[in-house]
Amino acid sequence: MSRPVRTRRREARRRGALPAAALLLGALGSAILPGALLGAAQDGFEALVPEDGAAEGPLRTAPTPATVIVGSKNFEESRLLAEIFAQLLEARTGLAVERRLNLAGTQVCFEALRTGAIDLYPEYTGTGLASILGRPAEGGPAVTLARVRREFLDRWDLWWLAPLGFENAYEIAVPDRLAREHGLTTISDLARVSRRLDAGFGYEFVERPDGLPGLARVYGLELRRVRPMQQAIKYRAAGAGEIDVLDVYTTDGRLLVHRLTVLEDDRGFFPPYQVAPLVRGATLREHPEVGAVLGLLAGAFDEETMRGLNLRLQEGAEEPAAVARDALAELGLVATAAGAAGDEAGAGRGSFAGYLWSRRAELGRRTLEHLALTGAALALGVALALPLGLALERRRWLAEPVIRAVGVTQTVPSLALLAFMIPLFGVGALPAVVALWIYSLFPILRNTYTGVRDADPAAVASAWALGMTAGQLLLRVRLPLAAPVILAGIRTSAVITVGTATLAAFIGAGGLGEPIVTGLQLADTRRILSGAIPAALLALAVDGLLALVERRVRPPGPA
Amino acid sequence: MTPASHAVGSGPRDPAPADRPAALAARGAVKVFDDGTRALDGIDLAVRDGECVALVGESGSGKTTLLRLFNRTVEPTAGRVEVDGRDVTETDPVALRRGIGFVQQEGGLLPHWTVGRNVELVPELLGWAAARRRERAAALLALVGLEPARFAGRHPHQLSGGQRQRVAIARALAAEPGVVLLDEPFGALDALTRRELHDEFGRWRAALGATMLLVTHDLDEAFRLADRVGVMRAGRLLQAAPPAELAARPAHPYVASLLALRGGAG
Repeated sequence: MSRPVRTRRREARRRGALPAAALLLGALGSAILPGALLGAAQDGFEALVPEDGAAEGPLRTAPTPATVIVGSKNFEESRLLAEIFAQLLEARTGLAVERRLNLAGTQVCFEALRTGAIDLYPEYTGTGLASILGRPAEGGPAVTLARVRREFLDRWDLWWLAPLGFENAYEIAVPDRLAREHGLTTISDLARVSRRLDAGFGYEFVERPDGLPGLARVYGLELRRVRPMQQAIKYRAAGAGEIDVLDVYTTDGRLLVHRLTVLEDDRGFFPPYQVAPLVRGATLREHPEVGAVLGLLAGAFDEETMRGLNLRLQEGAEEPAAVARDALAELGLVATAAGAAGDEAGAGRGSFAGYLWSRRAELGRRTLEHLALTGAALALGVALALPLGLALERRRWLAEPVIRAVGVTQTVPSLALLAFMIPLFGVGALPAVVALWIYSLFPILRNTYTGVRDADPAAVASAWALGMTAGQLLLRVRLPLAAPVILAGIRTSAVITVGTATLAAFIGAGGLGEPIVTGLQLADTRRILSGAIPAALLALAVDGLLALVERRVRPPGPA
Repeated sequence: MTPASHAVGSGPRDPAPADRPAALAARGAVKVFDDGTRALDGIDLAVRDGECVALVGESGSGKTTLLRLFNRTVEPTAGRVEVDGRDVTETDPVALRRGIGFVQQEGGLLPHWTVGRNVELVPELLGWAAARRRERAAALLALVGLEPARFAGRHPHQLSGGQRQRVAIARALAAEPGVVLLDEPFGALDALTRRELHDEFGRWRAALGATMLLVTHDLDEAFRLADRVGVMRAGRLLQAAPPAELAARPAHPYVASLLALRGGAG
């Protein structure tokens, strides 16, 4: 059963690789700051702790038969809906469900779906129309749904299932105080005074055709300054009076607690954004029960319910798994799970040490994932760079160009390198390991080559003159003498890799980057530190360990 | 091509009969390096079996380049280079080098190996049994004045400069080579240590009977250690003669001025 799935994937990948790369390049072009990709979706909040840790091994890439992979973007509502899909499928079908949550934005998520790295994720019809298809808004919710259904089916064999019943549209908001001062009720009102105002918009909103560019065109909206930022930070910045205008979402729970006035889209610029599961046709044909079960969610939520659920994530620091459980129980779709989330809800309070302790299980797992990513990348790095460095020593005229070429990989921003891997390897651990592997090569290669080349010239010359063959000279003299230099290269590479691996969380590879990424989206310093401190300690530990090894391989004597 | 009776590395032997080929011979040897430097400009030199010839001259005169032709660590551009009558360009360089002892200025001991293992290097490359290697290394360490029990297990950095050169000489002699090339072997040592090693050098030669080619910039050393001294300048061998003859009948004004310098220095 696994064979048709794999074949299907490979084919999809082959067909899709080039346009996918182009799409990503486009997305990256707008992502000048690393943070832009980081917040490339609307925004995001609480990290989701997958319930089934075993099913999400760090190096797993291809699903076992009868597994469906649910993805999500990196903001709280997307994660919550994905978790609802996953739990419902687990409860109502015999399928195993794997979660690939927190993918960095619409492009990454959509590419993952199209190439078969995931089977389904929650998507918004307006986003499908404007952002993925690049079409202007036109007609109401039903028309929009029909258009994206037809085109997604024709072009990619992707199916929009029944909408969940609510819309989560882009809206423009200003602080209540400002609305009163200038008498603002519509976006047209705003456009009259906007030249004096500063805006804080989501990274994706600044670039999307259904975001600022279209808004500026339709309303003639001109702002004094636009600062791309995370959603959670926008609310704080608006509260502190640092920005006057922000983009919000209909179902954002924070609208319930922040003093903001949502302005009317009086020219009907924003398309309708109904939410529906977007599923691969192949998955539906293989497992028809997926479509049937997710159909149970048709019309299940309204905006107000969703706002309440989102608020629990955004302000209550609750885990999506627990909120999803409650929501499904409320709908009568799964049995009530009594008190399962009690301890997690309390994790938001208390000392930092207590906070770390309450998250110890997740942090332990993330650390192991991190070590696995780093270890695999480094092992592959040594396996390639070491022999290559030795080979170059024998062909020195090639060394300079080759080392320089490999050095170029170091200049590619790590986040971009990670993103380039998605069209080739999908999402998850595999593309992360490949990207980290490419990063690990240069220090090992350079040190191997120079270490072997510069090994004690007198010793090498005399051993040669006494009749060692080139191979003996390499294995018995150059390599042992160069060992500390080579080890130093591996050490540098290991420390870089441990640090860079924190970015792997953006493409769904897990690791200690997961709490950092989530914390950034939440503006939750404790959560950031809960990933950053272990990552830093891990780097120090790896460095110290390799320093010890380095001392051991150092040839005797001061030279 | 080599007559069986002249196999390299056969150990002590009687002085060569006149009809035997020279142990080392260069005929019209020229070396032009890739950068255009003409290091050797037509050298003719023959070193008899068991003889010790010293090459002297300024830095850049070509003496080290000439030395290196004989173990093919430098390839001649033109002319013929022979070891035991055999053209070196027709030999397997690795086998050739294993049959020729080599000592360089800074010893070039392998810093990660013990003294004992350093001395055993060539016997090991030649596949001698471990017991024979160890016995041979002990004998040679004793010959160069380093008590094997004390020194064999040490690493080179634990020795003085003089001791390291003694080890380097023991290493060069370990596989009983017929020819030993010495490239300023005592050049980096202080005067007192050098004097000690000079005194012992004759004993080592007598014990092993190898043909020796010695490059040095120390005229005294050349006169003390060698049977003949060759004076080189700008890639040419101006004269090669026994010390007494060189002093009595310098064939070139440069040779005369060099000798005068030596006299002046005392």
